[in-house]
Amino acid sequence: MRLKLLTKVLAVAAIAFPLTTAVADAYELVIPATVYRTGPYAPNGIPFANGYGDYYRMLNERDGGIEGVKIKYLECETAYNTKQGVECYENTKGEGPSGALAYQPLSTGITYQLIPKASADKIPVFSMGYGRTSAANGKVFPYIFNFPATYWDQASVFVKYIGEKEGGMDKLKGKKIALVYHNSAYGKEPIRTLEELSKKHGFDLQLLAVDHPGQEQKATWLQVRRKKPDWVMMWGWGVMNQVAIKEAASIRFPMDRFIGVWWSGSENDVLPAGEAAHGYLSGAFHAAGDNFRAHDDIKRHVYDKGNGGGDRDRIGEVLYNRGLVAAMWTAEAIRTAMRIHNTKEVTGEHVRDGFEALNVDAKRLAVLGLEGFTYPVKITCENHQGPGKVALQQWDAKEKKWNFASDFYTPDADVVGKLIAEDSANYAAENNITPRTCN
Amino acid sequence: MLFLLETVVSGLLAGVMYSLVALGFVLIFKASGIFNFAQGVFALFAGLALYDFIADDGWFYHMFGFVLPVWAGIIATMGVMIIVAWLVEFLVLRHLVNQEPIILFMSTIGLAYFLEGLGDTLFGSDVKPLDIGLPHGAVDFLLDDYNFYVEKLEIVAAVVAAVLVVVLAVFFQKTRIGRALRAVADDHQAALSVGISLRTIWVIVWSVSGFVALVAGIMWGSKSGIQFSLSLIALKALPVLILGGFTSVPGAIIGGLIIGVGEKVAEVYAGPFVGSAIENWFAYMLALAFLLFRPQGLFGEKIIERV
Amino acid sequence: MFYREAGQFKTSYRADQGILTIVQDRFVIGAFAFVAFCVVPFFINDYWANAILIHVLVYVLAALGLNILTGYCGQVSLGTGGFMAVGAYASYKLITAFPEMNFIVAILMSGGITAAVGVVFGLPSLRIKGFYLAVATLAAQFFLVWVFNKFGWFFNYSPTGMIVSPPREVFGFLVTGPQASPEARYLFCLSFVVVFALAAKNIVRGRVGRSWMAIRDMDIAAELIGIRPLEAKLTAFAVSSFYIGVAGALYFNVWLGSAEPTEAFDINQSFFVLFIIIIGGLGSILGSFLGAAFMVLVPITLKTVMVDGFGFAVGAAKHAEVMLLGTLIILFLIVEPHGLARLWQILKEKLRRWPFPY
Repeated sequence: MRLKLLTKVLAVAAIAFPLTTAVADAYELVIPATVYRTGPYAPNGIPFANGYGDYYRMLNERDGGIEGVKIKYLECETAYNTKQGVECYENTKGEGPSGALAYQPLSTGITYQLIPKASADKIPVFSMGYGRTSAANGKVFPYIFNFPATYWDQASVFVKYIGEKEGGMDKLKGKKIALVYHNSAYGKEPIRTLEELSKKHGFDLQLLAVDHPGQEQKATWLQVRRKKPDWVMMWGWGVMNQVAIKEAASIRFPMDRFIGVWWSGSENDVLPAGEAAHGYLSGAFHAAGDNFRAHDDIKRHVYDKGNGGGDRDRIGEVLYNRGLVAAMWTAEAIRTAMRIHNTKEVTGEHVRDGFEALNVDAKRLAVLGLEGFTYPVKITCENHQGPGKVALQQWDAKEKKWNFASDFYTPDADVVGKLIAEDSANYAAENNITPRTCN
Repeated sequence: MLFLLETVVSGLLAGVMYSLVALGFVLIFKASGIFNFAQGVFALFAGLALYDFIADDGWFYHMFGFVLPVWAGIIATMGVMIIVAWLVEFLVLRHLVNQEPIILFMSTIGLAYFLEGLGDTLFGSDVKPLDIGLPHGAVDFLLDDYNFYVEKLEIVAAVVAAVLVVVLAVFFQKTRIGRALRAVADDHQAALSVGISLRTIWVIVWSVSGFVALVAGIMWGSKSGIQFSLSLIALKALPVLILGGFTSVPGAIIGGLIIGVGEKVAEVYAGPFVGSAIENWFAYMLALAFLLFRPQGLFGEKIIERV
Repeated sequence: MFYREAGQFKTSYRADQGILTIVQDRFVIGAFAFVAFCVVPFFINDYWANAILIHVLVYVLAALGLNILTGYCGQVSLGTGGFMAVGAYASYKLITAFPEMNFIVAILMSGGITAAVGVVFGLPSLRIKGFYLAVATLAAQFFLVWVFNKFGWFFNYSPTGMIVSPPREVFGFLVTGPQASPEARYLFCLSFVVVFALAAKNIVRGRVGRSWMAIRDMDIAAELIGIRPLEAKLTAFAVSSFYIGVAGALYFNVWLGSAEPTEAFDINQSFFVLFIIIIGGLGSILGSFLGAAFMVLVPITLKTVMVDGFGFAVGAAKHAEVMLLGTLIILFLIVEPHGLARLWQILKEKLRRWPFPY
């Protein structure tokens, strides 16, 4: 009896399985996105995915795509899980006649996955400021781009900022800086840079790991109370951010001495802490807010027609804008690729060349309706990380908005550059890669 | 010395927070022998429902144009949890009577998946700051005058947990339903034969543990906002559970305290030497060490095996 | 009608003790093996290899391992993720420290190392039982992951703790790294799974396997009839960890190619493998195959149907997928608590009588 029921259920399911047929369409630019709208990190993944998708939708509506070629934007859900990322990548990479043109993997694990695979498949991976930092070396990683600035750049900028506030880099000697980090590959990224910098400037570095997911951080903050660091940096993600900011407020750690990485500086992270989060700092390479022309275009061309990815009033959140800026650079790379290869039917390889010739200067930004949104970026064959500049933004709890608290700093190129060369050489040796020559 | 005391107090209070989650497991295991993996998701679901009733961006507000005051929201959420409990009994447990424990365990995992998806679908995946007026931050005079840090929210949690345990104890010892519950916990068949309806009892037990989950959801949600990660607090409760014993309410509380103090002291004092973030595995190792001496947990019923 | 064994007589003990005693079984399994080895490699592409077949095969191997421990010996373990990590990191250290070492040997050796670790973490099982043991094995899970995340030696001091599998060849064919062809990687995994499944089938039919089952059914009684619990439980832990270690090595080297301990080997991994064997059938070799296929294919199928077929938004589709998966698990447990393997047995019975059931 029960078996029969089951058979019926299965039969219905089988009939409902629709036959998907491939329809030959005009040439489209396939841009897949491995987004995470579910799972523990969804609150951060959703705004990013909305911004990323909305920009492409806006281009399609306003300009008919890029240079008149429609964009086919494909989302694939990973739940921030590497295994599902594999499925997504394999599922989307061969889509359409162009194949996937660029990936935005959105998780450290998936980025590491894709580095060898996408290189073999000749599809560029744009891990914007995350993933493997040493991929900045374009000679070893020809298909991986991690501009505009890496975690290592960011760590060195934070130290610079701290030095400035303390009244000069020489004043750093003997200061205590703690790093509270997500105990994963992502969170461990800045450690080596900070260790080098602590040797160079003589500050005392204290490492405090927090395990995923990070709802319980009492022990971490007790140690902060015990060791009394002058500054705390945080490489956090998801619920860990909210709890850390609350705990810091509880032990009355001064918020203007608490600096989060750019993934620890969104509205989601500070809002649950309320007033207490006032003055909290975080890294940034683009502005927050929706007062740019591109945002107006998105509202007009996408949201007014009811095609928006999310809520209209959440346009302009930090992570939304991060998705938007990622989409902007990707679209510009495709545009550049069309120009240098003089074709509208670009492939992954062309787009790689487009990325390597990318030059989005202030003038171009103005044309795109993003004047002053971020800084000019120019990518070359050997340098895939761009200028590496980072500013600090500060949370205003009363106005509920992020404001820039500093100019864009340039990172400490000596320290970071050396580490990148070292790590990429290791990778090349382990995987029998001969670095290519750039000319 | 003062700092050690501070660490211990913080550990005790954190332990209470774990106990709140562990209590829900114990209730269900005691009454029906089911290891309810969905307890963490219950806490999340209850938190989401509560937020929806009392916040001005939920379904409730959109449908009726007003929000409930907190107390009414809690009662309404309790109603939701009772419906969930009834559905669980009606759709799942009823069909799995007398199956092996591991099968029942697996079915609660299916349940956890279902509720996870349902919660996200109904209420969205954003972080929802839950503010029902509980105090938070350091206790000011202690920090100002003695440089001693205690979190207000956790003191509230400790008081709530104490009240909860007393209420549960009275409920179990003094009421008709409570006696029936204990009878079922002792022996299903004997309870059936004296006319106790197993099904009703199960619905009641699952509702009660839904209530405990609601309390846990409120406490943890006030700390970090209501979000998906809330369902992962179950993992924090597991060492508490084996240390205290699956079947003992006081065990859940005392286990929580031991685990809380143990892991905080280890992390703060031993962590810097062996590398930080040891508290997760340390909690399990601590529980394991206790188990080697008492395989049924500190307060669990003695396992008697006969051939 | 289809499964009637009437007329098939055995004339020797040997024949009577065969794994597949019925002609039809031999035919079906033979056909499956033929398709798997000789047909699939001609049609396989990157998607099928990476997203589906290798994915399933790796979990089959891990499930076989856990099934030996949980299904046959009755010791519930939630340390699978940790043991897979041991296998993965052991293989990583072996193949990077000795680049000349034969890859198959390296994988088997990492299985051996995992077995040793498994025995150590199996010791508490002599005293702790049931769910208490399950939660106690979580100590192994969290501790092992912490170790691999913490000590630089295990990941060759890479700045993030991420390990990346270098390209290695077997019989002249690349099986790891991005250049490896899907056919080679698929066949490599398939061969491992087939050999190990046969081995498992024979172990559980033999003396050792019977002692495990005696312990599972009632350990005091087993002790009374002369089975040493120490020996039986620890061999179960050793053999099971060996399988899981090999699965972990394949998972990291052949399937993913890179891994970080906190994500690739986290506790969800342990739960996932446990789900596989419960859904597939505890104490059944076939169940490990069916369960792994179910747990891997159902979500992918649901996703494909909902996103590509009906055009759901990906987020909503994922929520629906999780809900449906939960519902399906409950439904299957209600229909047949002993798993898919049992369902197959019932089906065989029906086929035997069909079309004349009595």
